[in-house]
Amino acid sequence: MSLLTPDSGLLFWMLISFGIVVFILAKFGFPVILKMVEERKNYIEESLLMAEKARTELDNVKNDAEKLIEQARLEHQEILNNASKLKDTLIQDAKTKALIEADKIIENARIQIQSEKENAIREIRHQVAGLSVDIAEKVLRKKLTKDDEQLNMIQLLVDEINIPKS
Amino acid sequence: MSRKLKIFFILLIAVFVIRGSVDAAVSAPAPSTDTIANEEAKSFNIRDIILEHLTDAYDWHITVVDGKPVSIPLPVIVYSKTTGWHIFMSSALHGGKEYKGFVIAEEGKFKSKIVEINEKGEQIKPFDISITKNVFSLLFSSTLLIFIIMYVANSYRKNGFAPKKGFVAAMEMFIMNINDDVIKPSIGKEYRHYAPYLLTLFFFIFINNLLGLIPIFPGGANVTGNIAITFVLAVCTFLIVNLKGSKEYWKEILWPDIPMWLKFPVPLLPVIELVGIISKPFALMIRLFANMLAGHSIGLGLTALIFVTVSKGIVMNTSMTILSVVFSVFIGFVELLVAFIQAYIFTMLSAVFIGLARVEPHQKH
Repeated sequence: MSLLTPDSGLLFWMLISFGIVVFILAKFGFPVILKMVEERKNYIEESLLMAEKARTELDNVKNDAEKLIEQARLEHQEILNNASKLKDTLIQDAKTKALIEADKIIENARIQIQSEKENAIREIRHQVAGLSVDIAEKVLRKKLTKDDEQLNMIQLLVDEINIPKS
Repeated sequence: MSRKLKIFFILLIAVFVIRGSVDAAVSAPAPSTDTIANEEAKSFNIRDIILEHLTDAYDWHITVVDGKPVSIPLPVIVYSKTTGWHIFMSSALHGGKEYKGFVIAEEGKFKSKIVEINEKGEQIKPFDISITKNVFSLLFSSTLLIFIIMYVANSYRKNGFAPKKGFVAAMEMFIMNINDDVIKPSIGKEYRHYAPYLLTLFFFIFINNLLGLIPIFPGGANVTGNIAITFVLAVCTFLIVNLKGSKEYWKEILWPDIPMWLKFPVPLLPVIELVGIISKPFALMIRLFANMLAGHSIGLGLTALIFVTVSKGIVMNTSMTILSVVFSVFIGFVELLVAFIQAYIFTMLSAVFIGLARVEPHQKH
């Protein structure tokens, strides 16, 4: 049964050649390939992770931007509101001031008118008093004649008074 | 995607190898018909023919032309205790010729081996490290394997880990397939340490199996179907498994957690475990050897069918020839599968044994 007995020569060469094959391939062949494939795998995984991270960051940035825009919009709104309020108050103030001013002017005018009126009345009183004295004087002067004459005279005098007054 | 590529790769090899087998089926008749023509008186001895092809030889027999064998001579390297080293071509010993006192024994204990004949006419076996057919094939396949793998590795050295194309990509897929599907799950987390050896083992067996399927020179030698080859492979696995075995591995063999009477005073289970240490690589050795030997035998037997039926008449012979070719093609496919499966199994079992030897202590409940 030569098939089942290992031949020494073949055994010898097998040890040598398999030894060399294992030495070369297990040292310089397969580790390089395995390492590179591993590195490639890691690289791909890393890239995927980084892409994921970049995407979330981008999302964050987008969110931030949206928030900023929202905030700016609100601020804008507020400023506008404030401005319109300010305008209203300003107008209100101006109106109030104008009213007060107008009131004052009117008051002054009224006071002036009042004083003018009083002056005029006083004047009239003075003149009426003067006229009364004049009339009395003229009545007294005409008394000497007739009653009719006296009445006519008074009427005349009163008319005379009325004329300058109008 | 990767599965498609895988199938494509296997089919490519299949086509290549099957073409070879058909060539064999067609071209092999030539020598044998001549043999038959020359030795019509003798009956066609299938057993010898097949055995001759399965066993080692000192020259690479190709064919027989006009009754003369045509073969590639290979160097013979022998060391004799009396006359020292001798290196000569095997053609010097052709046809039973004697050269410097060496001759190929025709029969006896050293049948078809080179023996030295001393003064008394006794046959003495010299220390024989000739480059025989198997050795030549072994050296050829080793060189080829180193060339292929280093080519792939160099392409990585040069271009970094950028994706590869063509042959390198196919090899990468093949290597990573074995690495990820066989070695990694079998060994576990320490697999990186053993992957280079196991990958070398796989591709060494695979390339030798494949070359054995190619019937023309330099293939066709029955390398992995030779017990010396599988013996060395099994011994390597045995050494790695047991030298790298963890404390827990040895404890489980020598002092397992079992009832006392099973291990003392008669160490029943330790003995069984120790037998297991040997039987595991032994099974590896026999499995690969027997499978490859059987494959070669079937292929040769089917081809021999043509010549056995020559004497049975032309109709019988023709039909048997057709049958033989059809079956050879079929067996060629099966052998291709076996070439892969045996390399796969040897690697996987080696990985499993290594994984088992690296056990960690069980959690105490």
